[in-house]
Order: sequence, then C-alpha cells, then structure tokens
Amino acid sequence: MKRFVYINDEYQNDYCDNRISNTKYTLLNFLPKNLWEQFRRFMNQYFLLIACLQLWSLITPVNPASTWGPLIFIFAVSATKEAWDDYNRYISDKQVNEMEIWIVKNGARKHIQAQDIRVGNIVWIRENEEVPCDLVLIGTSEPQGICHVETAALDGEIDLKTRVIPSSCVGLDHEQLHKIKGVIECPNPDKDIRRFDANIRLFPPFIDNDICPLTINNTLLQSCYLRNTEWACGVAVYTGNETKLGMSRGVPEPKLTAMDAMIDKLTGAIFLFQIAVVVVLGSAGNIWKDTEARKQWYVKYDDDEPWYQILVIPLRFELLCSIMIPISIKVSLDFVKSLYAKFIEWDEEMYDHETDTPAHAANTAISEDLGQVEYILTDKTGTLTENKMIFRRCCIGGVFYGNESGDALRDVELLNAVANNSPHVIKFLTVMTLCNTVVPIKSPSGAILYKAQSQDEDALVNAASNLHMVLVSKNGSNAEIHFNRRVVQYDILDILEFTSDRKRMSIVVSDCQSGKIFLLSKGADEAIIPCAYSEQRIKTFVDAVDKYAQLGLRTLCLGWRELESDEYLEWSRSFKEANSALIDREWKVAEVCQKLEHSLEILGVSAIEDRLQAGVPETIEILRQSGINFWMLTGDKQSTAIQIALLCNLISSEPKGQLLHINGRTEDEVARSLERVLLTTRITTSEPKDLAFVVDGWALEIILSHYNEAFTELAVLSKTAICCRVTPSQKAQLVKLLKSCDYRTLAIGDGGNDVRMIQQADIGVGISGREGLQAARAADYSIGKFRFLKRLILVHGRYSYNRTAFLSQYSFYKSLLICFIQILFSFLSGIAGTSLFNSVSLMAYNVFYTSIPVLTAVLDKDLSEKTVMQNPEILLYCQAGRLLNPSTFAGWFGRSLYHAIVVFVITIHAYANEKSEMEELSMVALSGSILLQAFVVTLEMNSFTFVQLLAIWGNFVAFYVINFLISIIPSAGMYTIMFRLCRQPTYWVTLLLISGVGMGPILALKYFRYTYKPSAINILQKAERSGGPMYTLVNLESQLRSDVENTNISISTTPVKNKNSVYEPLLTESPIISTRRSLVSSSFDIFQPAQSRTTSSYPRNIKAN
Amino acid sequence: MEEASTSASGKTAAHGRQRAFPPARSGVFYRFTQQNLPAWKPAMTPGCVITIFLVIGVTFVPVGLVCLHASNHVAEIVHRYDIDCVPNAYKRNKQAYIKNSSISKNCTQEVKVKYHMRAPIYVYYELDNFYQNHRRYVKSRSDKQLRYGQKHTDSSCGPIERNDGLPVVPCGLIAWSLFNDTYGFTRGSTEVKVNRKNISWKSDQESKFGKDVYPFNFQNGSLIGGGRLDPDLPLSEQEDLIVWMRTAALPQFRKLYGVIEEDLHVDETIIMHIENNYNTYSFGGKKSLILTTSSWLGGKNDFLGYAYLGTGSLSLFLTILFALIHVKNPRPHNDSNYLSWNRLNSNS
Repeated sequence: MKRFVYINDEYQNDYCDNRISNTKYTLLNFLPKNLWEQFRRFMNQYFLLIACLQLWSLITPVNPASTWGPLIFIFAVSATKEAWDDYNRYISDKQVNEMEIWIVKNGARKHIQAQDIRVGNIVWIRENEEVPCDLVLIGTSEPQGICHVETAALDGEIDLKTRVIPSSCVGLDHEQLHKIKGVIECPNPDKDIRRFDANIRLFPPFIDNDICPLTINNTLLQSCYLRNTEWACGVAVYTGNETKLGMSRGVPEPKLTAMDAMIDKLTGAIFLFQIAVVVVLGSAGNIWKDTEARKQWYVKYDDDEPWYQILVIPLRFELLCSIMIPISIKVSLDFVKSLYAKFIEWDEEMYDHETDTPAHAANTAISEDLGQVEYILTDKTGTLTENKMIFRRCCIGGVFYGNESGDALRDVELLNAVANNSPHVIKFLTVMTLCNTVVPIKSPSGAILYKAQSQDEDALVNAASNLHMVLVSKNGSNAEIHFNRRVVQYDILDILEFTSDRKRMSIVVSDCQSGKIFLLSKGADEAIIPCAYSEQRIKTFVDAVDKYAQLGLRTLCLGWRELESDEYLEWSRSFKEANSALIDREWKVAEVCQKLEHSLEILGVSAIEDRLQAGVPETIEILRQSGINFWMLTGDKQSTAIQIALLCNLISSEPKGQLLHINGRTEDEVARSLERVLLTTRITTSEPKDLAFVVDGWALEIILSHYNEAFTELAVLSKTAICCRVTPSQKAQLVKLLKSCDYRTLAIGDGGNDVRMIQQADIGVGISGREGLQAARAADYSIGKFRFLKRLILVHGRYSYNRTAFLSQYSFYKSLLICFIQILFSFLSGIAGTSLFNSVSLMAYNVFYTSIPVLTAVLDKDLSEKTVMQNPEILLYCQAGRLLNPSTFAGWFGRSLYHAIVVFVITIHAYANEKSEMEELSMVALSGSILLQAFVVTLEMNSFTFVQLLAIWGNFVAFYVINFLISIIPSAGMYTIMFRLCRQPTYWVTLLLISGVGMGPILALKYFRYTYKPSAINILQKAERSGGPMYTLVNLESQLRSDVENTNISISTTPVKNKNSVYEPLLTESPIISTRRSLVSSSFDIFQPAQSRTTSSYPRNIKAN
Repeated sequence: MEEASTSASGKTAAHGRQRAFPPARSGVFYRFTQQNLPAWKPAMTPGCVITIFLVIGVTFVPVGLVCLHASNHVAEIVHRYDIDCVPNAYKRNKQAYIKNSSISKNCTQEVKVKYHMRAPIYVYYELDNFYQNHRRYVKSRSDKQLRYGQKHTDSSCGPIERNDGLPVVPCGLIAWSLFNDTYGFTRGSTEVKVNRKNISWKSDQESKFGKDVYPFNFQNGSLIGGGRLDPDLPLSEQEDLIVWMRTAALPQFRKLYGVIEEDLHVDETIIMHIENNYNTYSFGGKKSLILTTSSWLGGKNDFLGYAYLGTGSLSLFLTILFALIHVKNPRPHNDSNYLSWNRLNSNS
C-alpha cells in the first residue's frame, strides 16, 4: 500500500526507472499483437475464415487472391496506420527520455538523461523547464520556499499554481540540499492529480526527526513547467509510467454510433440470409449432383467419394456468397469518417476568432451520432455563459449597493463608504482580498496581474482593487495589501481549502501589526449562513441572496470571526494532524475545518454576473425546434439556474410554459412531489404547454436511489429539465439514465466537473473555455463557443448521417448485385458453384470499380446549409433513423435483386447460342453491373461537384482502361476479350438495353415519390432548387391545401416560446436580446400559431413507425 | 435538367489570423475543406423526367426495329438429329447403341433450304443440356500445358491428369470430352465444301495453344471420353479442340464446325452426312446441326429486338402517363406548404 522513498539513496529500491513508454508495440511483437487486435473484430474473423476456405482448391470458385488481396490490403492499411502512430509516440517518448537533467549523485551535481532518474534522486530544475517525473519539492530559489508551476499539460488549467516546500525543509541551502537524507512515506502510484497524502521525515543532522505532512501542494508533477522561479529541486517519488500523469493515461472505451450498431445489425441479417442461401443451394446442388450430374459422364464424378464431398458444394456456395458482406465497407467507412472529422476541424464557421481555436474532433468515428442526438445535457457556467465573471452588486451589512446603476463599483454610496473607512465595508473588502488562492504577479511595467484558479475569486480581487483595497503581493505566508495608501501586512496561517462538498473556503490570518488572528470565510449561502453566530439577523442576507439569484447573478456570502489565540493554537494542532493523515485525509480535514467555521459574523453578500454567451438563445431555439430535448445540469442554485434557463429560451414563463418543482428534504416529501409532477406531466402532454421540471441535487439523490422508475417515466415525458446543485457524478448518472432509455445523448460542458458526464454520454462536447481544457480533452469534440453546437449538429451531424446512410447501403447493394448474378448463374451451371466472374474482376469490382465513386458521397449535400438552418425540423429524419433502417435497406436489397435479374436475363439472352462464351458473357454482365451502379450513384446523389462527376464517370472509363490492359496480357484468361467485345455492336446494344431496363423503373418510381409523395426533404429540395424564395411566408395561409396526403411525416413540433416570456433584467447591454427579438418577430412568426399540437408525438413514438 | 449552381457564399474570410491550415483562403482545396465546392444540383422536375422517358422511348423503338430487321434477315436451318440418327432397334436403349463401337454411327439426314442463303454460311453444332460451365468441368484444364507442353502439367487437370504415370496432353476433362461428331454435306450429287480452317479464334491459336505441343498419351486410358486427336498435329492447329476448349457459359450452346463458302438456294435439298459418335444419350442432351448466315448482330436472335420494342413502348406509355398526371394534378414546385410542420401550424 505504501512506498518508502529514501532520499538520495537510489540503491535501496527497485522501482522502475524514469523511462516513459507510450508505445503500444515493440518491433518484435508488432505483427502478432496488431493482428490479434484486428482479428478481435467479427468482420475480420469472418473474412479470414473465407480466405482460408479459399485455399482449398476443390471448393474455391475463384483464385484465393481475390479475397486475400483485399484482406491483406485492408490489414496493411490499418497496420500501417497503427505503426505510424506508434512510431510517432516512440519518437516523442525518446525526446522526453533523453532530455538532459541535473541530479545530485554522491553529493555532487551531475548531468544525466531523464530516463535514468531513479526514485529517491534529487532533481534540479531551472525556470521554464519541464518536470521530468513526480517530485516532492524540497528547495527553491525563493526565500519563502515557494515556486510557481504551470500545470496546463496535466489538467489544462493555464493559471500559475503555487507550490511550497514542506516546513521541515525550509531554509536549507545548496550544500545541505546536496547531502540531505530522509524518508518519504507516500501511497503507491495512483492517478489522482489532486491528492498526495504523504509525509516526510528528515534524518539527523537535518533539523529534527519530526514527521512533516505532504500534500499535492508540495509536489511538482511530471509534465508541469516551472515558471517565475529561478530553480527548484525535489525528490523523485514516482517515475516513468508510474507518475500521476502516466497512471492517468488510459485507453478510453471506443464509442459505437447508433449507425454502426444498425450497420452491424444489417450485416448480421445479411449473414443469416447468406447462410440460408448456402443451405438451400448447397442441398439443391447435392441433390442435382446425385440425380443429374452423375449421368453426365463428362463431369466424371467418382461413385464412391469421401464423406466430406457432401460439404463441398455448400462450402463453394459459401465462398461464392461471401462477397455479400462487402469487405470494403470497413475501409470506406473509416475513410469517410475521418473526412467528416476533418471537415469539422476545417470549418471556418466553427472557428473561434476570439480565442483562435478551431473546432476539434478527437474522436473521428462518431460524426453520424451528432445527427441523431435526442437529448442534450448542458452545463451552465462557462457553457451557456461566458464564464467571464464581473462583480456587479453587493449587500454589505444590510445595505444594498449597485442596485440602481447595476454596477456596485460605480455606486457613489459604496465609494463614499470606502472613503469613510466604514468598518463593515473594510471587513468585507478584506475578506474579498484575502480569502482566496489568487497569486498576484507584478509585471515589469508595475501593474499587478492576478492569476486565479477560480473566476469568482478573480472577480472579487479585481473588484476589491478597484475599491482601493489592492492585493500587492503574496509570498508564501505573507500577504501585503495596500488600502488607501496604507500598507497592511497579514500572515497567512492556514488555508481551509474549498471542496465541492464543503462549498466554502476559509483562511486564517494574523494582522502583523496587532497580532490579532482572524478567520475569513466565503462560500455558498447555504454553507455560510448556517454558520452565523446565533444573535445575528440573517434575514437581510437571505433576502439579498434570493434577490440576486432572481437576477441570474452568482452569489457568495462573506463572513469573518476573530479567533482567540488559544483556540487557534489548539485547533491548529488538530488541523496539522488531520493534514498529515494518510487515510481519509480529505474527510478528516473537513471535519476539523468544521470545528473552526462557526459563529461567523456575516459581512455581506457579493453578486457576480456571468453573461450569456453570444448566440445561446438562438442556438437552443433552433436545436429545440429540431426536436432535441434540453436538460440543464448545473451546480448553481435553483433560482439562478431557472433565471438563466429563462434567459436562454430553455423554459418559458406562464402561461406558455409551466415549471414543475420537485423538492423536499425527506424521502416521503420527495416521493409525493415526484408523483404530483409526474401526474401533471401526464395530463399536460396533450396540451400545447411547454413543460419543464426542476429538481435539485438533494432530491435527485433520493430519487435516483429510490424512485428510479417514476423518474425515468418523467424523463421520457418531459422535454426540458433543470437539475441544479448537482454533483459531477449525478450529472453522469443522469446521462446514464437517459442512455438506458435508448436515447442518444450529447453532453456539453467546459469544466472539470463535466468530465464524467462528457465521458458517459454518447457524444461528449467540450467547450475549450476559461475553466481550462479538461473537459475539451475528455470530449469527443471540442468547440470554442456554445453557438457552434447548432452547426456541429445540424450541418456536420446531419450530413454525416445522410452520407453514411447512403454509402453503407450502397456498399451492400453493389455486393449483393454481383452475388445475386452469381446465384442466378448457378442455376444454369448445374448448381455446382461455378463463378461467372473471374478472380481479377471480382477483386477489382469490390476494391476499385464500385468503391471509389461512392466515396465521393462525402461531398454530397441533399439540402444546402442555409435551408437546414431555416428548417431545423428536418433533423428528425436523422434522429429517427429514417435513412438507414431495415425498410430502407429492404429497398436497396430489392433494387440489387432487380438489377441482378435485369443484367443476367438480358445478358444470357443477348449472348445466347454461338455467342455464349464464358469469358465474353461474364464481361458483358460485369460491364452491365458497373454501368448500372454508376447510374445508381448518379441518381442517388443530390449535388454534383466536379469531384463526383469525375469519380463516377472517370471510374467507368477506368473500368475499360483496366480491362483493356488486362486484355493485352496473353496469359490472362481475358486475353483479347475486351477488344473483341468492344468491336461487337451487340455488346453496346446490350449495355444500352441493360441501362434502360435497369434504370427506367427506378427513375419512374423515384420521380413519382418525389413529386406525389414527397418527403419533407424532397419538398425542401424542390423549394431550394426552384431558385425562388425559400418561403412564401406571407401567402402561406392562402396557399394552404387540405388535400395533401402527407401522412408519413408526423413531426412533433416544438412549440416556440413566446418572445415575451423572457425576463430581461440585466442583459440589456448584451447584444443577444435585440438580435433574438428580431429573429423571433421576423422568421418565426410563422410558427406562432403552432401552439396546438394535435398529438403528443414525441420522437420516441416516431421512431417506432 | 434544371440547373441551380451554388455559388460560394460570400464568406468574410478576411478577418481572423492566418491559420496553419487551410493554407489558402481561396482556391479549390479551400472550398473543398469548407464543403463549398461549386455543385450542380439537378432537380427532378416533371419536365425533365418526362423528357428522359420520351427520349428513351423515341430511341429504343427504332433500335428495336433495326435489331429485329437484322435478325429477320438471318436465314437459319436448325436440325436436331440425335434421335433420328438412332436406329429403330435401339430407340429404347440409346446408350447401348452409342456405346457399342461395332455399330456404324453414320447417319444421313435431309433438310430443305427455305430461304436463299448467301455465303458465308456457318455450320454450327448445338448441344443442349450440356453443362460445359459445370464447376468440376470448367476448372479441369491447364492453360500452361496447352501453351508450353507436358512439363507444365499441374493438378488443376484432375481427374484426367495422368494415365499410367505419364501426363496426358491435353489434360483435363474438357479436352477429354472433345466433341467428335463429324458432318459432311451434299446437294444432289455434288459435295458442298465445308471450310474447317480458321474456325477458332486467332488469338487462341497464336498465344493460348502451343505450336510445338503435340497430343500425348491422349485418350489412352481405360475410359475413353470423346474424340481423339491427331498426334502429329501441334495443338495450335487442332482447331476443333481450340473451339471446344472455349467453354460455353450456358447449358445450351453452339460451336462453329466450319464455313460453307457457296450460296444455298431456296428449295434445294441438302443431305447431311453425320457421324453420330458423341454420347449425349446418357444425360438426355440434344444435338442439332445448324446452318446459318450472319448479320451485324450475329446469328438469329429476336430477343434484343423485342426487348427494345417492349422497353421503348413502356417508356412511351410512362411519358404519356406522367404527362397526363402532371397536367391534371400539377404541383407547384416550391411549396413549403407541404411541410408537415408548416401545415400543422397553419391549420390551427
């Protein structure tokens, strides 16, 4: 459980060295390991089996190369990709491993490579160098024993963090640091980068034999950079792949899209069909062989055959039919998927110019899922809002500041109070300035910059400095404050850190002049107000909190208490004890903190504004119109959350919408409340009301553990939910709950507390925002702004879905086409499993002729982006999986059967009698198939760029070129065949007939559907292509026809919220409101009478039909 | 078709810092990255669809007529002889007849020429219910051996690969079952000459069958299949074999026997001297002898003509049908009214 690190004594341990290895393979195991990985896929196993069967020459209908070729090609492609990635990892590892590092060896400093660092070594790092392994800090250049590190590579946070040396090491000089001996007791390697529960004991002659606790603040973790500090040195405790970074590296579970699952299902169905064909034809073949073929002396069957002969014909058919499952589909899909991802990254319109970040697709395999999202679970802070905190208002000692102007910093009363040294205000400002973990950094110009981990703290410190209380420097335990040109110094004695459970932080300081000790606290209202001393009247503060929350402001309560020195000393001891605990330290520390944080004098309430990001209401509007349900999960308090939800169109106020509260403290209360809400929801589903429910973390905890079923029903019924005060794990639980109901979920967030939800959801989207990159790193997609989400879903998701739907079904179509021809031919060849096509043609058919044109489907656009944005309802086609499901697949199946019959029947009749030569006939049938597939691609695509035209018809030309080339090889079976055919008028006449008969009915059917039973997509296509105005909004009423038979689309419209439904309290200066207003009043007026939904049709129901 | 070209939406690409990728903000590749290449978006308007069907109908019907015309100008005499050539005594047991080598297989049949047949007249034999495309049969050959001689005999020839330990040239079932009926023709008392040269593909003679490969150990086994070969002629000159080895894809097929290079006149009686050696009786196969002229489409084959006529007239029918529907029930082309969500809204 524990590891003991002896400082400067490397021979006493057998821990691993500091060689970092991220590579998956070595030169030796690459081939077997890679093959093993690849063969874990069912498809690959299947293809291998087929390829092996083909080696048995008795049963193989064609040259084994026709399967081995593509198979080896596909494997080589994936293996090369893996090898390339691994090689790059190896190179970057090598760079890190061979980095030159100073360490202390035998009392002298020495240069070694980073990979040779052993646990226990003392490592020296200079400014701006990277930390090579996890170190416990024991010395720095700063006299106070602190150093600054940037942890961006570890947690994505770009602010500087302060690290301090443990107290027992303070004051050691260079010489001593070279000779220091001691032992560090620390837990075994883990991946928690926020915890390090260890202690250090130095051996004599160094100071004393005392145990000194270590926390994460005493460490320098691998991959951090040393900043603003000349040098630092530390003891290596974890090395190589056992560092915190190394341990947290993991391979995330691959996500499977709904579409992939559907394709797998269809593949399974085709596989069963194939088995059925094999069984039927195999037994028919055996029967025919015994009744007919034995009479045919020229076939010369032996009378007594080995038993396995009965398997020969079925196995031959198995091989003949194996092409039903297209071997190229995996490669094609991988290719187009990575292109979808590239399109997302390339997209200029999702490029955030403010922060210079393009969108990024970390997971290239799930673009189609974006088009099938049904639920979006969004974080609030930093996702919907800008996370740019501005101190707006405050209530100090019962006096409200900033109410009139909306900006307390410009409130004359407050400025006067500051100038008059009003004691309450000074206390309030002192807490604002001191009770935080902000690091002030003096820039060369003399200005003071604050590096803060929390945006709230940053806002408070900045506001205080505007009110003339300036935090000038903070050196270890000493803080210097300038207030009205006076310099005040404080000693920081203890920091009672913020945790999400405690929801408050406190700091113990002593005034250097008076020596008085104070406890300064700030935190959420429910965490601070209960700690008030009993006589204080807290009502004003509760009112203030409520009032501010209603305005959508984030509130913090500030409090303080003067401590008796005895009390403090006693407490300090237990605090130290708790801090050096190795087990349950966090809990023990919280316990001890609790003992100090009581009888506070509540000083006031601060209110910080977090503005909505630009474009958020429109984005939510459009996405909700497209049938996506929104859940907002936030850690904020209920009233703030509701306010923000109103502001960003998530919910509407009465009478348009209704907000149902689920609350209660006890199980019974929660249960009753839940039941009531559920009942109301059931009744109201048929009404045109915008129903939403609100639940807080407390009630949610009870519900999730006891009333899961009822809550699931509620979740399905209601389109909008607000969950406030939820923890990261509850967020993840909610995602899981929706996923268990078979919904496609998308989670979007920006902070570390969203990581679990993002990883849990089908699609995780991270906003690369101010709270660091943690969420963006864990996410499948990262975007710069929330408003890009609508483009990500409606444009990229939708196109990806459409394109993959076409591409995958087409792949099956072309494979089935050639396979059906083979099956039809077997009826004319004595059901013996003869292949009509030769090996080269079969191989080239799958790999070249048919796969390249369809790849250009990645450029196909059924509707322009503009049309989709104007009619977001069209997303339903993707959401409900209308374009790829068993019935559309049946259409393609039927088409391939029809085309196979057309090609085969026409070929055998046109090439009958004296023309029925095997090679010629097979090439006629092949040309016919190629021609038909080119027409099919042309017919099914909606827009043609020159790339598509080139691929489709260039491919057709390439077919002839390739076959001409093969026809000049004398040893090839096809020698002269193609020239011979092209000289025959019959050949061209036959091809023309095949294309006419093959495409005529399909064109007619498609036209009929397109014109007289159009889908919504068709209607929009027509509108778009006629070139006229997209919408004839004005005369819509007059054009109304009642006779339209269009029952196949029953789209549930999301009723559009009334524009009056939004409070407009503090966002008046934001441009959002005005744009949204104009939007609502212009183009969405058309939807205004929409409030009566005739049925309670949810996407869920539509999915069924 | 109606064209609606999308122009690049005027994107304000000027602002923002230059990024590493995409490199240029104009040009084909940039537009590709923005999925914004100029595209042709054909619309399926009634006009263009009706026109397509009209064009199909208008072209297919004449093509069909031309094909039928060509086929009708081919004069063809088909004469099935496998039953007539069996002596009455063996009618019930044809296999005994064909397997008994002591019975003379000569057979004389008469046909009457119905149309004037202009030279060249092709003589084909037709086999029906003969599966040259059977998996076991079609694979049983060695192209290498045919080209380079017995050293290249490989296992693909089974079951006719070796005999008494020596390779068989040509090996394999196809060669072994070589068709060996022979035909001669007389009209009145004069012999009609049949040219038996150049009946095979030139390319086969030159590059598929060796000039220095001679039959060896052929038909020497216990079981004799079809015809024998002249051991002194190289394979490249064994044209009957070359023709036979071009396997047919269908169970009913014709193979060229020779060419008659003189005209046959109406009402002439042609006497066919057939040597009926080949055993099709065991599996109920049919044998016929065909004399036919040729057109640009090949032999007599009405299929293409009728198929074109059928397709053409169906497509004309569709043209009229679609046109009628369109006239009676016109649909405005850009009517978003049909969108269910719009309709829903407007109804209420």
